Amino acid sequence: MSQATAASVAVRAVANRRRNYARRYVWFVIPAAVVIIAVILFPWIFTIYVSAFDWRLGGERRWVGFANYKQLFTDARFGWAVLRTIFYTALAVMLPMLLGLIAALSFNRKFPLRGLARTIFILPMMATPVAVALVWTMMFHPQLGVLNWLLVQFGLPPSLWVYSADTVIPTLVLVEVWHWTPLVMLLILGGLASLPVDPYEAAKIDGASPWQAFRYITLPLLAPFIVVALIIRTIDALKAFDTIYVITQGGPGQASETINIFLYLQAFAFYNVGYASAVVVVFFILIMGLAALLLWTRERVRMT
Amino acid sequence: MRKLRRLAENIGFGFAVLVLIAPAILVFLWMLSLSLKNELDNTAWPPVFIPDPPTLDNYRDVFARNDFLLYAWNSVIVSFGATFLALVIGVPAGYGIAKMRAMRAAALILIARITPGLSYLIPLFLLFQWLEMTGTLWPILITHLVITVPIVVWVMISFFEGLPTELEEAALVDGATIWQAFRHVAMPLARPGITVATILAFIFSWNNFVFAMVLAGRETRTLPVAVNNMLTFEQISWGPLSAAALLVTLPVLLLTLLAQKQIVAGLTAGGVKGV
Repeated sequence: MSQATAASVAVRAVANRRRNYARRYVWFVIPAAVVIIAVILFPWIFTIYVSAFDWRLGGERRWVGFANYKQLFTDARFGWAVLRTIFYTALAVMLPMLLGLIAALSFNRKFPLRGLARTIFILPMMATPVAVALVWTMMFHPQLGVLNWLLVQFGLPPSLWVYSADTVIPTLVLVEVWHWTPLVMLLILGGLASLPVDPYEAAKIDGASPWQAFRYITLPLLAPFIVVALIIRTIDALKAFDTIYVITQGGPGQASETINIFLYLQAFAFYNVGYASAVVVVFFILIMGLAALLLWTRERVRMT
Repeated sequence: MRKLRRLAENIGFGFAVLVLIAPAILVFLWMLSLSLKNELDNTAWPPVFIPDPPTLDNYRDVFARNDFLLYAWNSVIVSFGATFLALVIGVPAGYGIAKMRAMRAAALILIARITPGLSYLIPLFLLFQWLEMTGTLWPILITHLVITVPIVVWVMISFFEGLPTELEEAALVDGATIWQAFRHVAMPLARPGITVATILAFIFSWNNFVFAMVLAGRETRTLPVAVNNMLTFEQISWGPLSAAALLVTLPVLLLTLLAQKQIVAGLTAGGVKGV
């Protein structure tokens, strides 16, 4: 037997052993796999099936093929929902990213009561969205709300907040910013904690200003963490539902009807589950596409 | 001079930190203030900030009407049940996936995390209707597994991957079965991870709104749904509404204060959050 084949036999034996070794752990995963198939995979597949029907809850059900999708692409209401979702997401990503970065840099410094301050800062993120949304609803009240009182104190004109089509989306973004900036802060703070100290010492010896140190050391080293935060924030902003639904239910009129609200109304207010399932499929493709794009960006950031 | 500049800088920084945490504090304090005032003060202009005298009437009101205790009990059953089941199946699964290095399974869990929760509801709603399970707590508990199982599995994968393997290998060499190695060696070592997974799964299940809103009947509402219904039907009574909202979110806020270290660790590990 030549040495080459002996080596390849040995390699194969090792590979086999590894596979057998791995296979023994299948039983640990099976219960979870059953649950995931039942509550996660089955819904995905069944949604695709339902989307090919004109399916009314408690009513008739008729095979229509791709008709729901055709209708969706010509539905002006859905088109507006997509545009609103993009507008909402753009604002609800940029502002928390910026504020989260500033907050992370602040909490990375040592100061008295830092732990307490950080705990308070992350409270909004853990609070029950519905409860928070209720309080904001009361604060947005045009006549009696505390926010308009504050505006007047600062000499600003009162706003209609969520009661006007012009201001409703920025106002809802305000709640989202309050709610989710802490998560961005935590993700970036985790990155800051892992930065090496050597480059900073070298920069100090070379006489770099704090801004230069931030711009040319911190920011590039932090980039991968910022991109992860960006991915998570973007996906969460696209999915926003609870606060929008509780505060405005998509109103006034349809001024805050995002894809998620549109989807909910189609399914559980109009009982048009076939059409709503088509919305789910399109929404899912949209989110996956965006996630793939952002992951691709992450790979590029990592390489440079 | 230099000292003075340092002082000014520190004061400026302290002020910046205050500005950062002010929105969080003020919203919760305003919630508390609304819940402790009578209706007259709540709708006063300019607003009354400090309740004088504070009253607990709003809280009494919440408990007297609204079947609040029933809904609280529903929430407790659903959140504890969904968390417990997720731990029973999710901890071994996290171990198995970590041992097999099954990255595809891990990716599937990640996709489940980024899918909107609402998108699971149509098929599950149809399924529960067909099984005639609507009107019980089961559909709500089962759908909450959509939230809790991915959180537990995801957190546990990263914890088990971080464990040293020598101890388990020693146990296996000594003739332990892989189940014994998991149960008596790996699991005790991963206890901090299990704590993190439990807390996060519980909080995101407790906070969830949309599943119960669609699936719950009159008797099976969870707290977030019950509180939202109060808004729809009693728009003007801010006192009881704030009291109820505060009661719903209080357990979570207390848990966050007590276990912020674990929560921070869990959230930064994988950025996990409920759907």
